[in-house]
Amino acid sequence: MNTSVDFCGKIFKNPVITASGTFGSGQEYSQFVDLNKLGGVVTKGVANVPWEGNPTPRVAEVYGGMLNAVGLQNPGIETFCNRDIPFLQKYDTNIIVNVCGHTKQEYLDVVERLQQEDVDILEINISCPNVTAGGLSFGQDPKGVEEITKAIKKIAKQPVVMKLTPNVTDIKEIAKAAEAGGADGISLINTLTGMKIDINRRSFVLANKTGGMSGPAIHPIAVRMVYEASHAVNIPVLGMGGIMNADDAIEMILAGASLVSIGTANFVDPTTTVKVVEGIEEYMRKYNVSDIKELVGAVR
Amino acid sequence: MSEIFREQVKILSNEKLSAGVYSLELETKNIAKNAKAGQFVTVYCKDSSRLLPRPISLCEIDSKKNTIRLVFRTVGAGTKELADYKAGEELTVMGPLGNGYDLDKFDANKKALIIGGGIGIPPMLQVAKDAKCQKEIVAGYRNKNELFLYKDLEAVAKVHVATDDGSFETKGTVIDAIKEKSLQADVVFACGPMPMLKALKMYCENNNIECYISLEERMACGIGACLGCVTKTKKKDHHLNVNNTRICTEGPVFDAREVEI
Repeated sequence: MNTSVDFCGKIFKNPVITASGTFGSGQEYSQFVDLNKLGGVVTKGVANVPWEGNPTPRVAEVYGGMLNAVGLQNPGIETFCNRDIPFLQKYDTNIIVNVCGHTKQEYLDVVERLQQEDVDILEINISCPNVTAGGLSFGQDPKGVEEITKAIKKIAKQPVVMKLTPNVTDIKEIAKAAEAGGADGISLINTLTGMKIDINRRSFVLANKTGGMSGPAIHPIAVRMVYEASHAVNIPVLGMGGIMNADDAIEMILAGASLVSIGTANFVDPTTTVKVVEGIEEYMRKYNVSDIKELVGAVR
Repeated sequence: MSEIFREQVKILSNEKLSAGVYSLELETKNIAKNAKAGQFVTVYCKDSSRLLPRPISLCEIDSKKNTIRLVFRTVGAGTKELADYKAGEELTVMGPLGNGYDLDKFDANKKALIIGGGIGIPPMLQVAKDAKCQKEIVAGYRNKNELFLYKDLEAVAKVHVATDDGSFETKGTVIDAIKEKSLQADVVFACGPMPMLKALKMYCENNNIECYISLEERMACGIGACLGCVTKTKKKDHHLNVNNTRICTEGPVFDAREVEI
């Protein structure tokens, strides 16, 4: 039984990786999970300089999901390179660095700094709904997506995966724009912009007013978008959005994802990632699937 | 970082203490043996539409019987679900989480005021039990009908009460009670609503009293990964490299001088 996946020229021992922002750089979850068992770890978004993020409250629960408006707080690329990359290099797992910025130049500064680092893939976050500049504003316009993808590809030493927002009219157009810009792959979906109001206080629950919704309630939307995007492009797709267990992960793979990210489910059960790995193997045994590649996009 | 356990625990009792305030006694496998005053656990709901575990402070820890007591107020659907559980049922709980109070630092020569406000009172019971120094308790309630844990606290140390409406002892805040009774202290341990903690931080700074406060914030992961719960800090945080810090891992107890609340 072969669970390994070739994604953008990198071999993943299995298709299960983490979703950026939910898993730090793996250190906290390494108390619960053997990181060697994961296909890869996607680190929390990192910028050229430290970001303090948004005021609190930053998180709120909603029915079947949660909202977050952390605002991409991060320690900056230097600290990240000196501390977090060496930590992850101790493990036999791929390192995918999520990159964020307010401006094109800030993204490029991070990508340039990462040229000298031994990491496997860059995931470019052009889809965060919780920052005022950058983030989402790049990701909602096909021209903007193509342009920033091109600029990053010009200097990146590692394969580039563009992380797309679901907060668009037509995900296919955005996916095609990333491909036209030279992206090696795309990942989706980032969170859906949501809002929660406290009716007793008559105020917004999140200090940021809006936040990105994640969790099982968004899973069907994610499956639909991964399906649409994977049919619109010829580059591989990293699928995520509300995956809580192996069944959800397999659904995402059948829709067209070569890799899957586990995000919010880590908060529900810190061992979700390894349970998904085991559950996928069980499914493959049950249905006599010899190679996981047979499942990718198998439902057309 | 001490070891964190995520385990199935048995509910030994679930008792209503006053309107909307409940007391859960739980039999744990490893959590009680490893916990200290001021730490918390996160409790998972059985209704899977409620994803995030609820952070609840440890009101009492019995390491010999391996039990913990959680006293909480029902504020939303999740805590209402917890209030409905019956003895004999099982729950998933993760902990112990956070740092807790450093009580060993203060010996019998020091005098502590142990202060709780509202649903910040429960963790102060274990603090009062474990503090080796001279101690008195100040508890702030809404009114005389809400004196949950009063008897438990009284069994440990002298208790002074402030009520919002003056229906029991001092009318006003815990600070009003401290002033009215001229209570003196070398150190304050406190947990309660933000306005109370802000007032105590200022009171202690003005009176040169050491002050340790336990902060509350909406949390997601509870283990320091998601950065959902942070508080602003005077100094740059060693891990985050900015002027804020994670309440779930670096706190919830902070030296009041070090946080900007």
